[in-house]
Amino acid sequence: MAQIDEEKKKRKFKSAGKMRDIMFEYYVEAKSAGDNGKKVAWITSGGPVEPLIVMDVIPVYPENYGAMIGASHMGGDLCEKAEAMGYSSDLCSYARADIACAPVNGGPIGGLPRPDMLVCCNNICGTVLKWYEVQARYFNVPLFIFDTPFCHTGFSDEARTYVRRQLNEYIAFLEGACGRKFDFDRSIEVGRLSLQGQRLWQEVLDAAAHKPSPITAFDAFFFLALIVTLRGTQTVVDFYAELLHEMKEKVAAGISAVPRERYRLLWDNLPVWYRLKWLSDKFASHDACLVADTYTTAWCGSMKYIDENDFLSSMAEAYTRIYLNIGVDEMAKTVFEMIDKYDVDGLVMHSNRSCKPYSLGQYDIQRMVQERKGIPCMMIESHMVDERSFSESQISTRIDAFMEIIKQHKGHV
Amino acid sequence: MRTAGIDIGSITTKAAIVEDGRILGTMVCFSGYNASLAGTTVYRNLLDDLGFDASSIDRIISTGYGRNNVDFADKSMTEIICHGAGAHFLNPDIRTVIDIGGQDSKALVVDADGRVRDFVMNDKCAAGTGRFLEVMARALEVDLDDFGSLSLRSATPAKISSICTVFAESEVISLISKGEDRENIIAGIHDSVASRVFAMAQRVGIPVPVMMTGGVAKNIGVVKALEKKIGATLEVNEFAQVNGAIGAAVLAAKMG
Repeated sequence: MAQIDEEKKKRKFKSAGKMRDIMFEYYVEAKSAGDNGKKVAWITSGGPVEPLIVMDVIPVYPENYGAMIGASHMGGDLCEKAEAMGYSSDLCSYARADIACAPVNGGPIGGLPRPDMLVCCNNICGTVLKWYEVQARYFNVPLFIFDTPFCHTGFSDEARTYVRRQLNEYIAFLEGACGRKFDFDRSIEVGRLSLQGQRLWQEVLDAAAHKPSPITAFDAFFFLALIVTLRGTQTVVDFYAELLHEMKEKVAAGISAVPRERYRLLWDNLPVWYRLKWLSDKFASHDACLVADTYTTAWCGSMKYIDENDFLSSMAEAYTRIYLNIGVDEMAKTVFEMIDKYDVDGLVMHSNRSCKPYSLGQYDIQRMVQERKGIPCMMIESHMVDERSFSESQISTRIDAFMEIIKQHKGHV
Repeated sequence: MRTAGIDIGSITTKAAIVEDGRILGTMVCFSGYNASLAGTTVYRNLLDDLGFDASSIDRIISTGYGRNNVDFADKSMTEIICHGAGAHFLNPDIRTVIDIGGQDSKALVVDADGRVRDFVMNDKCAAGTGRFLEVMARALEVDLDDFGSLSLRSATPAKISSICTVFAESEVISLISKGEDRENIIAGIHDSVASRVFAMAQRVGIPVPVMMTGGVAKNIGVVKALEKKIGATLEVNEFAQVNGAIGAAVLAAKMG
């Protein structure tokens, strides 16, 4: 028994406690922003946050809060409340949970701090437009919409000009809301930190290429919070540098995230936030490690478009060409690359009723993966936050069958 | 080697005993409230029926939703793998298995070695399953066993548009009140089941030949409706309902 505990302890991340402290401090600071003369902006998860950091505005992410709501098993009740308010059960469960939280300060940590402004970037979906309009009306605060045209394949000069121009409008919006000038010198520094943070985050995720992997996608779902909420700050850079160091130590010591890693899997789509442990245990019981996922890489996946020496301008392309704003063929290409990079035996797709842009095209990608890569794929149908939609028995059977297929595939049965 | 398979489904529990590539016997009983008891009972009864002692069985695999409730099984495997193995055992040429059971419907693609390559299953909804047909039989006051033959007499199947079991039942009741022929209503119900299952099965491609398994395969009306959609004949044999149990027994023999 003592030995098992010791083994478990070895697999735990020391950095996890530190991250919780950072997130706690971040929320405390955000919730007391008004007392300290600071402003709060609510921003979508894929939105260009760096200008907010430059302006010393505290960015707050309803989607990150949505994940917290899901992980705290508060999603079902809040979604029900939103439905009672008149919102459809087909609507994104982040949107429902957030909209339902606002009037009652509901959810964990007693609700999000009141926003002074809203920044909505539609590179992740179209739902955010209406969601942020609803919240802008509710809180009676200004809303900036950053419109990123969908990029089926390439990125045209017209699109670049269009998005770049909005960056100027965004800066003007912030100057108006904050009552002071944008500091372009500082923006260089923030851009540098943002890029550095993204690079480190990518390195953390890359560590999963090692066999056995020191990290699972479930760990990545947890450690993701910083690159989402605080990118562009030194805190992120320091933290991921430390996490990366810990990861290297684990690799050197031969410590794997899953005790007997025999099968390596790739996860697609958002996590099922209220079932992380259940899913993690379920796959581990089959000696399977979800080594990577398409979701957490979305916060570093478009780094290649960033010009270190001209962060602000190149940001237009980087924010437009993120994973959810590209065509299915482009998405499939990313999936193929990840299959090779992490050398996975199967693909687990979460058909997420909440996130249409992510889930649309999954069956096509699945077919392409089967044809091109010849690995088994499975589909879990659920919602990322609304736990009422999770059918445990059905999903359990599917995972068992999927793992049996992989074992057959590899000649282990 | 003599092996057994126990398949505990949502409505019925099945057992099969296989020896050196031959099926020695099969049995079906209702699952009822206690899945574990159903598994033990059906297995005991089959052993008694064949005059076998439990000690003569070398290995047992359990499958189905109650697969983890069979404490005397050596191993449990999902019904997906077992239906693939069962169909391959009965006809090695089979490439697609469409299984419609009490609460789920699935389609699986099997390779030349009987290994499942891909599968798809219903998830959130029980329309297009055996339970759906049971509900309809009750509404129509027709014995479910007569559903198949009655529907074949229909000239113009009624349209059942709802994809929800409960709403489809309301639709059936309103068709009854309008005086629609029972045969046409039943044929419409079968079309509705076939449409749902066909739409789902298309995701795995449906390579031929296709075998249909599960309790619903006993319903000739659903089989015909599905054949029409797929554009191919479905192989249905006497073991359709116990195919999962047979597959479990076959896999038990292969167990290392």
